[in-house]
Amino acid sequence: MPTVEQPKENSWEPRIIAFFCNWCTYTAADLAGVSRLRYAPNARIIRVMCSGRVDPQFILDAFSKGADGVLIGGCHPGDCHYMEGNYKALRRMQLLKRMMKDMGIEEKRFRLEWISASEGERVKTVINEMTDQVRALGPLGLPKKFAEWDKELESLEHEVNGKRDTIHA
Amino acid sequence: MKYLYYPGCSLRSTGRAYEESLLSVLKVLDIPFEELNDWNCCGATSYVSIDETDAFALAARNLALAELQSPDGTINLIAPCSACFLVLLKTERYLESYPDVREKINSTLDKAGLHYHGRVNVRHPLDVFVNDYGLENITKRVKYPLKGLKVASYYGCQMVRPFKTFDHSHYPETMDRLVNALGAEPVDWPLKTRCCGGSLTGTIQEAGLRLNRLLLKEAEKRGADIMLTCCPLCQHNLECYQERINRKFDEKIDMPIAFFTQLMGVALGLSEKELGMQRLFKMPSLNQITHPKGEMVNAW
Amino acid sequence: MHGNGYNGTVRIGFYICHCGHNIASIVDVKAVAEYIKSLSGVVVSSEYKYMCSDPGQELIQKDIKEHSLNRIIVASCSPLLHEHTFRTAVEKGGLNPYYFQMVNIRENVSWVHTDMKAATEKAKDLARAAVQRVFHHKSLETKHVKIHPDVLIVGGGIAGIHAALTLANAGKKVYLVERDPTIGGHMAMFDKTFPTLDCAACILTPKMSQVKNHPNITLWTYSEVAKVDGYVGNYKISVRRKPRYIIEGLCVGCMDCIEKCVYKEGKTPDEFNLGLSKRKPIYIPFPQATPQIVVIDPETCIEFKSGRCKKTCVEACDRKAIDFQQKEEIKEIEVGTIILTTGYQPFDASRVPFYGYGKYPNVYTSLEVERLVNASGPTGGELILRDGRHPKTVGIIHCVGSRDKNTNRWCSRTCCMYSLKLAHLLKEHTDAEVYNFYIDIRAAGKSYEEFYDKLLDENVHFIRGRVAEVSDWAVRPSEEGKLIIRAEDTLIGIVRRVPVDMVVLAVGMEPQADSQDVRRMFNISCSTEGFFLERHPKLAPVDTFTDGIFIAGCCQGPKDIPDSVAQAGAAAAQALILIDSGEIELEPNTAYVVQEECSGCRTCLTICPFTAISRDEAKQKAFINEALCKGCGTCVAACPSGAIKQNLFEDEMIFSEIDGLLKMESPACC
Repeated sequence: MPTVEQPKENSWEPRIIAFFCNWCTYTAADLAGVSRLRYAPNARIIRVMCSGRVDPQFILDAFSKGADGVLIGGCHPGDCHYMEGNYKALRRMQLLKRMMKDMGIEEKRFRLEWISASEGERVKTVINEMTDQVRALGPLGLPKKFAEWDKELESLEHEVNGKRDTIHA
Repeated sequence: MKYLYYPGCSLRSTGRAYEESLLSVLKVLDIPFEELNDWNCCGATSYVSIDETDAFALAARNLALAELQSPDGTINLIAPCSACFLVLLKTERYLESYPDVREKINSTLDKAGLHYHGRVNVRHPLDVFVNDYGLENITKRVKYPLKGLKVASYYGCQMVRPFKTFDHSHYPETMDRLVNALGAEPVDWPLKTRCCGGSLTGTIQEAGLRLNRLLLKEAEKRGADIMLTCCPLCQHNLECYQERINRKFDEKIDMPIAFFTQLMGVALGLSEKELGMQRLFKMPSLNQITHPKGEMVNAW
Repeated sequence: MHGNGYNGTVRIGFYICHCGHNIASIVDVKAVAEYIKSLSGVVVSSEYKYMCSDPGQELIQKDIKEHSLNRIIVASCSPLLHEHTFRTAVEKGGLNPYYFQMVNIRENVSWVHTDMKAATEKAKDLARAAVQRVFHHKSLETKHVKIHPDVLIVGGGIAGIHAALTLANAGKKVYLVERDPTIGGHMAMFDKTFPTLDCAACILTPKMSQVKNHPNITLWTYSEVAKVDGYVGNYKISVRRKPRYIIEGLCVGCMDCIEKCVYKEGKTPDEFNLGLSKRKPIYIPFPQATPQIVVIDPETCIEFKSGRCKKTCVEACDRKAIDFQQKEEIKEIEVGTIILTTGYQPFDASRVPFYGYGKYPNVYTSLEVERLVNASGPTGGELILRDGRHPKTVGIIHCVGSRDKNTNRWCSRTCCMYSLKLAHLLKEHTDAEVYNFYIDIRAAGKSYEEFYDKLLDENVHFIRGRVAEVSDWAVRPSEEGKLIIRAEDTLIGIVRRVPVDMVVLAVGMEPQADSQDVRRMFNISCSTEGFFLERHPKLAPVDTFTDGIFIAGCCQGPKDIPDSVAQAGAAAAQALILIDSGEIELEPNTAYVVQEECSGCRTCLTICPFTAISRDEAKQKAFINEALCKGCGTCVAACPSGAIKQNLFEDEMIFSEIDGLLKMESPACC
């Protein structure tokens, strides 16, 4: 039985940004609430009208600002309220997945799920699973890495400048 | 696809005829298999009722061994005895569904240098023959169609319950379909999955014999020439107590009880010896009815 | 990149709702309010027991005036529930309603978490995201869409019939589409109705003929909806009218053709009698079928199969109504609202093999028994079993395919009551001993329990226990030739064997086999079981998530005739609200192109499923037709130049939400 772990004092907890479409997955999350299903408190939901609205930039932005995982929830194939927005999302996210791999963002930090309005239980399972998986991966910590890289670049620049100075001298 | 084969204790004792016939049929159908190395007792139904975790650990050792023997992919582990099939299947399912159970069992297995990852599919040979090998292919290989033979298929309780794997829990039909494919005629009867008495025949014999009698009487009443089983204990119960039942209840039951693999073997043209026929108490009558119209004399 | 550019000074009012204990028991609302107060732009931050109440809304309005607030945030339940309430309140307070933002801390927080600390943190994050988001909100104008006054009703059972008549009597034009050759649905097959024992046909057929004759109703039977386009108020529907090979305007239903068919006897199982009788290739489903027009089944008609029939039917018809060349016809209509009343299908009893349906001839489904006891049924109302006998003992098994993990988990709600009714009718027709095997008797309804009492007085036997099996396994001479019902009698704790002549399986209700296709076509949702999903289980039981589409009757879930009729009336009333108000407000969440930034690359053109985007070839720019745009935002995400924006979901808004959710830097994390 999967257990919902509560965050312990001072221990690191993954932060997951979830983009849920208004018609299926957001409604399913409401259903999970009405059904009083209990799931991990790590996901923060942003409501969009359609998973097709999710710009890949949103995902990269979330990671770069400190998210450890990003979840997108849309309607099942064939069920999109707007006919085919979810297919568009799927195509984009497959490309993005490849890019993220190159950026060193592990595959399991990003997930696209089809959850229909009636699948409150699925919202719970997916959020719990993802929280567990991301917790196992540990913090992504991109902001910190950015700072480090900036520092590295800076020192490199210094070094290069210094060398240039010496050469010029 | 190569199968791993888990014999279990019964097939090396009371159920030797089952093992002999099963292996002969697997060979003649060119179904590749190898025996699981260093297998141990599945714990049967008794251990589970005393301590579930210990029982799972005992059974899980076999699953872990299977993974050791077959390093890649999904493993199909054939367990012919219904009790072994159920216990191993139950272990597989519990370990799959409950991570905490899996963790606990694995911590035990780890001490013996073993680990179970969840790659094993526990399979009943009936499932393998009918759904993997295929009825059409079996029919093609039949040398002596068992024309006119009326067969009551008896599934017992454990093969289909509580887990519904390849057949209906209350009204299974796989063996009947197999019987059909062998050219014989399945008898429709409502007691296919009723209890044979299990170990009651040894403990509270009165109750055990009563349960046994119901099955035998009904099969007889429906005109069955023979009853088929897929479990060594069912076969033993149904076959061995007929005299006692006749004495006690003033009946005249005389019903041959065979393993389904034996009947398959007969139709596929295997010899009595290859099928362990000599181990059955009611062999002569079986011999008579397997060729009711004298068509099969040469087969023996 | 996506900075906080906004006009004027932002003055935010933040309100967190206790929702009684629903939120406040898990989220520390005081702490959240205090925290939000510290954020820039926030002028007011308060908590209140029930924000959606009148005093809660007045609080917002008062604060807007007193503190010159120009952004309002309410953290409470789901926006799907109360966004409209608060937007209206904000508007009344003198502010454009789209300066409002809602934070869901009930369904998304307090109802799904147990740890107060974690829940409070999450609520703070979500609230902070909203605070940052509203900086980018703009004043928008609500869109209004005109409602076409005509209504489409799909399914001509009792629910569809009732909804159609209600609307037609209110002066609205209704198209009623039914896929069978007649309307009437399952109710037309019933003999009597519980608990009053009214004859089903007597109360239904007058309504059926009213439908046929009503000047405001266009009745298309033997027809199916083929395509649905458009949106609330403006649906474009294609209806496929299947050929019945009879010219409807000419046929008067005299049935001479049926009598003269080359088949002297029927050979095809009669659908209306569930195969208990046979019909000819040319037939009328039942005497009161509406419309009274025959139909030819091309699958069995010799003319269609071989082309060499003597066509005696054509000779018999002096009105020349038979037309073997008839082709399928597509009708295009425009309607403003749609009511789906597509009904249910009975559970297939052969899925429970141990009850012997299909194996033992004297095992019947309840619907078959309705036909058997019906005076116009296959036996003229005489109860003759398939083997020719009259039953002396009957067992009725309740909950077949219902309340069972192996089949359907739900209670089908009607089976207890119709089983009681059938028990009464069987006793009346045969004087047999009748045994009911039940789990619970669910007789919740007006006069239902009284009906149960009456049955007890009629000496019908009730055995409480789920039946294990029905078989022909006789162990005593008295059981020979009978069907043996084995069940545990849980009230006295013994296993019973009850030998009977006839078994009736009280089959439950299931979604129609094609309910998934139908819901896709109409762009609505199904609940887990496959019944159509209502917008809210309590407060919007006949609405769907798609504006202008309503549901009623058993397509929404199992229910009896009174409930189906009540829902049908409710759905008609909902449609009337739209029609009579003449227009509906739509979310102004449409997309628009910032012309200066558009490179004219055409990427968006192919992406829009509603062809709302076109390209102005002279200007070399994309242009979005606001009337066609439905606001999914897919083009916004696709535009490589970032030239397309979506109202209410601007990039800046979402980026600032992400910022808000993540800005709080937990020391352990970054």
